[in-house]
Amino acid sequence: MTDLAHDTVMRRSAYQSEAFEARLRQRYRAERRFQVAGIASIAFAAVMLVVLLTTIVMNGYTAFWQSRFDVEVLFDPEAITPSGSRDPAVLAVGDYAALVRQALQAELPDATGRDGRRALMEMVSTAAAYDLRNMVLAHPEIIGTRQKVSLLASDTADQFIKGHIPRNITEDKRKVSDRQMAWIDLLAAHGVLTTHFSLDVLTQSNSRQPEQAGMWGAVIGSIMTMLVTLGLSVPIGVAAAVYLEEFAPRNRWTDLIEVNINNLAAVPSIVFGLLGLSMFLNFFGMPRSSALVGGVVLALMTLPTIIIASRAALKAVPPSIREAALGIGASPLQVVIHHVLPLAAPGVLTGTILGLARALGETAPLLLIGMVAFVVDVPGSLSDPATVLPVQIFMWSDGSERGWIERTSAAIMLLLGFLIIMNAIAVYLRKRFERRW
Amino acid sequence: MQTTLLLTVIAVLSVVGYLVGRNRAVAIAGGRLSTLHSVPPYHGFYVALWAGVPALILLAGWVSCEGPIIMSLVLGQLPAALIPQDAQALTLLQTDILNLAAGVSTGREPDPAVADAARLYNSFHTLAESCLLALGAALAVTGLILAKRQIRTELRARNRVEATLNVLLILCSLVAILTTVGIVLSLLFEAIQFFTKVPLTDFLFGLHWNPQTAFSGDVSGSFGAVPLFTGTLLITLIAMVVAVPVGLMAAVYMSEYAAPTVRAVVKPVLEILAGIPTVVYGFFAALTMAPAIRDLGNALGLDVSSQSALAAGVVMGIMIIPFVSSLSDDVINAVPQALRDGSYGLGATRSETIREIVLPAALPGIVGAVMLAVSRAIGETMIVAMAAGLAANLTANPFAAVTTVTVQIASTIRGDQEFNSPKTLSVFGLGLVLFVVTLILNVIALRVVHKYREKYD
Amino acid sequence: MSMDNITLTTAIRQSPAVRGMPNISNKITARDVNVYYATKRALKEINLDIEEHRVTALIGPSGCGKSTFLRCLNRMNDTIDICRVEGQIALDGQDIYARVIDTVQLRARVGMVFQKPNPFPKSIYDNIAYGPRIHGLAQRGPEMDEVVRSSLERAGLWGEVKDRLKEPGTGLSGGQQQRLCIARAIAVSPEVILMDEPCSALDPIATAHIEELIDELRTSYTIVIVTHNMQQAARVSQKTAFFHLGEMVECNDTEEIFTNPRDERTQGYITGRYG
Repeated sequence: MTDLAHDTVMRRSAYQSEAFEARLRQRYRAERRFQVAGIASIAFAAVMLVVLLTTIVMNGYTAFWQSRFDVEVLFDPEAITPSGSRDPAVLAVGDYAALVRQALQAELPDATGRDGRRALMEMVSTAAAYDLRNMVLAHPEIIGTRQKVSLLASDTADQFIKGHIPRNITEDKRKVSDRQMAWIDLLAAHGVLTTHFSLDVLTQSNSRQPEQAGMWGAVIGSIMTMLVTLGLSVPIGVAAAVYLEEFAPRNRWTDLIEVNINNLAAVPSIVFGLLGLSMFLNFFGMPRSSALVGGVVLALMTLPTIIIASRAALKAVPPSIREAALGIGASPLQVVIHHVLPLAAPGVLTGTILGLARALGETAPLLLIGMVAFVVDVPGSLSDPATVLPVQIFMWSDGSERGWIERTSAAIMLLLGFLIIMNAIAVYLRKRFERRW
Repeated sequence: MQTTLLLTVIAVLSVVGYLVGRNRAVAIAGGRLSTLHSVPPYHGFYVALWAGVPALILLAGWVSCEGPIIMSLVLGQLPAALIPQDAQALTLLQTDILNLAAGVSTGREPDPAVADAARLYNSFHTLAESCLLALGAALAVTGLILAKRQIRTELRARNRVEATLNVLLILCSLVAILTTVGIVLSLLFEAIQFFTKVPLTDFLFGLHWNPQTAFSGDVSGSFGAVPLFTGTLLITLIAMVVAVPVGLMAAVYMSEYAAPTVRAVVKPVLEILAGIPTVVYGFFAALTMAPAIRDLGNALGLDVSSQSALAAGVVMGIMIIPFVSSLSDDVINAVPQALRDGSYGLGATRSETIREIVLPAALPGIVGAVMLAVSRAIGETMIVAMAAGLAANLTANPFAAVTTVTVQIASTIRGDQEFNSPKTLSVFGLGLVLFVVTLILNVIALRVVHKYREKYD
Repeated sequence: MSMDNITLTTAIRQSPAVRGMPNISNKITARDVNVYYATKRALKEINLDIEEHRVTALIGPSGCGKSTFLRCLNRMNDTIDICRVEGQIALDGQDIYARVIDTVQLRARVGMVFQKPNPFPKSIYDNIAYGPRIHGLAQRGPEMDEVVRSSLERAGLWGEVKDRLKEPGTGLSGGQQQRLCIARAIAVSPEVILMDEPCSALDPIATAHIEELIDELRTSYTIVIVTHNMQQAARVSQKTAFFHLGEMVECNDTEEIFTNPRDERTQGYITGRYG
């Protein structure tokens, strides 16, 4: 035993030796490197989030500004109704583009000739002529008068004014010709071409022209789809959770259901799209592209999330509450309906909101059931063709004009806004009603 | 619209039934409610159930059978010469009739006989709807009256109502099973049709994916899915290279180092990252990441495609970071403090403790988490659809454009396909592969994680 | 816990305490130590000397602060965010809470064995080799094999495990696991070993094993043991400190404490009036 004690003394000095100190410094360097790696990981995620959000907002906020030509339009009877008839059918087919052209030519006298006219009309949206037509149809008495009118600029002109099309590249690589560039500068200097705040991107329905496209139809479609999803997934999900948590016997059958639910929660969303396509569209013949089918598919996709969240909330209610209620003669169902469910409600609600938030952002399955169809009209019923915000984003992002980037980003801002509100409500509910037993 | 009307009628009759049942029970009890076996509201529910449930069952059955029955009646009326022998053409004819009946333009002048058939279809349909309304309402009223007659003091209304509700609850919990069955059946059914046209081995091991050319002639050579599988794997691999180290280190830092204040800031950041829809990531990948990577690559003298696998993979990795970190966080927190104390007690630094003790102890759980993340990456659609493109290249070069299983599914199907072309059916073959692979990954991962949790409980 | 004075005295008589060891010096001295958990004061003005090459037992009812004090001695309380230590604790005359002191170095010199055996989920060999490896005390290979062997031998476990060093440490029985943890602590050649109720999760036979081991280890190490079990304190320790409600009530030779307590509270505790 004496050599053991000696050994200890020898080793003890090892901890105060130079070598140990050097090794210790090296170990602390490794420690710092490890910590830096951790901080760097978190910083990477945070920076990416910031970059992503900044990209979206920087690209998207300009969509809320729209360029217009404030000009005086002569509602020339010759162009509108050469025959002089006031029949709406005649008025509807008048040459309103000519009115637009004349009004702009008044500002730009050099815009003549075929090329000049074409270059001029490229700066105005096709919507301008339709707007004039609608004015005439609503008030035929303006024919022959001069009116101050604000004409929607085309996407090219709009993007150029907003600075999204660079000036300093050669003309053949630029969407705006040198001539148009000079015109636009001139009109802007004269205060004819101005850019104003506008909510058209929210309130208009979809269009093939970026400057006219709005997301109102998609917003309504999303709301309708979510209502179907909510109406199906919440009652079924909560009922399933109640059964599995409160009543179901523990046997192989309920184990199977449980495993099945957990796996269903991890099935790729696009597979639900295939289910919707082959089951609901092809087999049951439900209306394609409709909010109804979209809602049903998303409900099936959200169901596992809601069941899992609801079961967790039910599980958190202590058994003593159930025993107390059973003890005064309530039936098991009464116990659940009167006591357990109300106590679990905040948890169920939180899970539901988070599940719906996921469904609201879901795109892939809806593509498969045809919700990508180009829909101009705002859907009026659940079986009308509809689209939803994320799908709208997907479709707009595919557009080749520069204006689509702006519109897409704006749509993303709106979608993220909805999601942030939903998540904020969920967080609030969790904080407000969180109970520790 | 008759269906909506019937639903309203049923709802109203159920409410009426509830009131009738409750009042009847009160009347029978004659002021001494304690003589009733069940309290009056249960008698109300009892009558309401009798009024509603049978009618609803009728409605559901009717709606699901109506279409085929009417169609067979309509086809019976058509001149025999018009009815094609081959199943494919028959489906086409039926679709035409349905479209005409619904007033959807087919884009060509309809055959007069088909137009007649469509009119016939519509008249049958209207007739059927009226019948349904009448029958449904009658059934609801009958149920109501019969149930009301049964009300007596000793009626076990509560038990019967609860038994019914119990059945309802069981049905709801079966929806999840039915969904799985539905997925499996629909995938299998269509996939088998596909595999009768294209042999399974050609599909699984073929090296050329070119469904566009597969309209006629040799179809099997155009459906080799290997380029899709490799593309999916390549992008998944890139995503994992980004997500696993970053997510894991973030989780380690959060659970072992970060002060509560830091955690209070970082956790929401990761949650926001997790809550962003994939379509937004896709847009980000296409708009920002892909050009950035291309420019960077070109600056380094590399040939980078504008739709590179790298851009899609990196953005997908960013999307999966919060997924990996939150799962790993759970797993790391499940490692008992006693093990950390044991290591600290020997004079280990924090990082030594984490690397040598905590992470090895948490390894099974982390493996499970990574498998779930892989399954998530394989099934992800929008990012790859928007950033990776459609070129089915068989390559392992991350700078090249590749395509994935999910992109092919999403880009082929837009809800309005003819169901008989091999191109459409191929999607179900791909869907089946996707489903099976992710299912296997999930089952194993969930088991691993479950076992791991049990170990330290 | 109830027990009368006669059995206690017997236990002490049977204990192989060696009296009058030459030049006993204080290994650890604690002066005016206060510990706070957030705002709650868990230890009040503790003054205590731990003598070298002796076993010091810390006894007292649960929640009295004895484990907290033990964890102060190798700064394990640092891992708890809300814990704050005031006062001075010196190891060989050097304040261990001084800035220049490194916890890694300190914990290598002051090892610890915990209440519940906590072997790492590694092989038996790696459990022992972990400490020497991180501190660079031995190279991989024969040198490490030797450290592992000698540590296991000193912990009295070598004979039982020498044929299954590659098997996981978690597969051993509770008593073996605790001896593995002791071997693990010995392997880094500490000067002091702190034991926090090392036998509370073990059966009587395993407990006896560990107690014998503690007595053997005393020749090489200074040992501080927290225990709930007064017979154990009487059997293994030479000095005993009695803690009560965060205060150190009395500290004396073990025999003195158990036969002739100065303080009423000590007497009350050892005669089983509370605890």
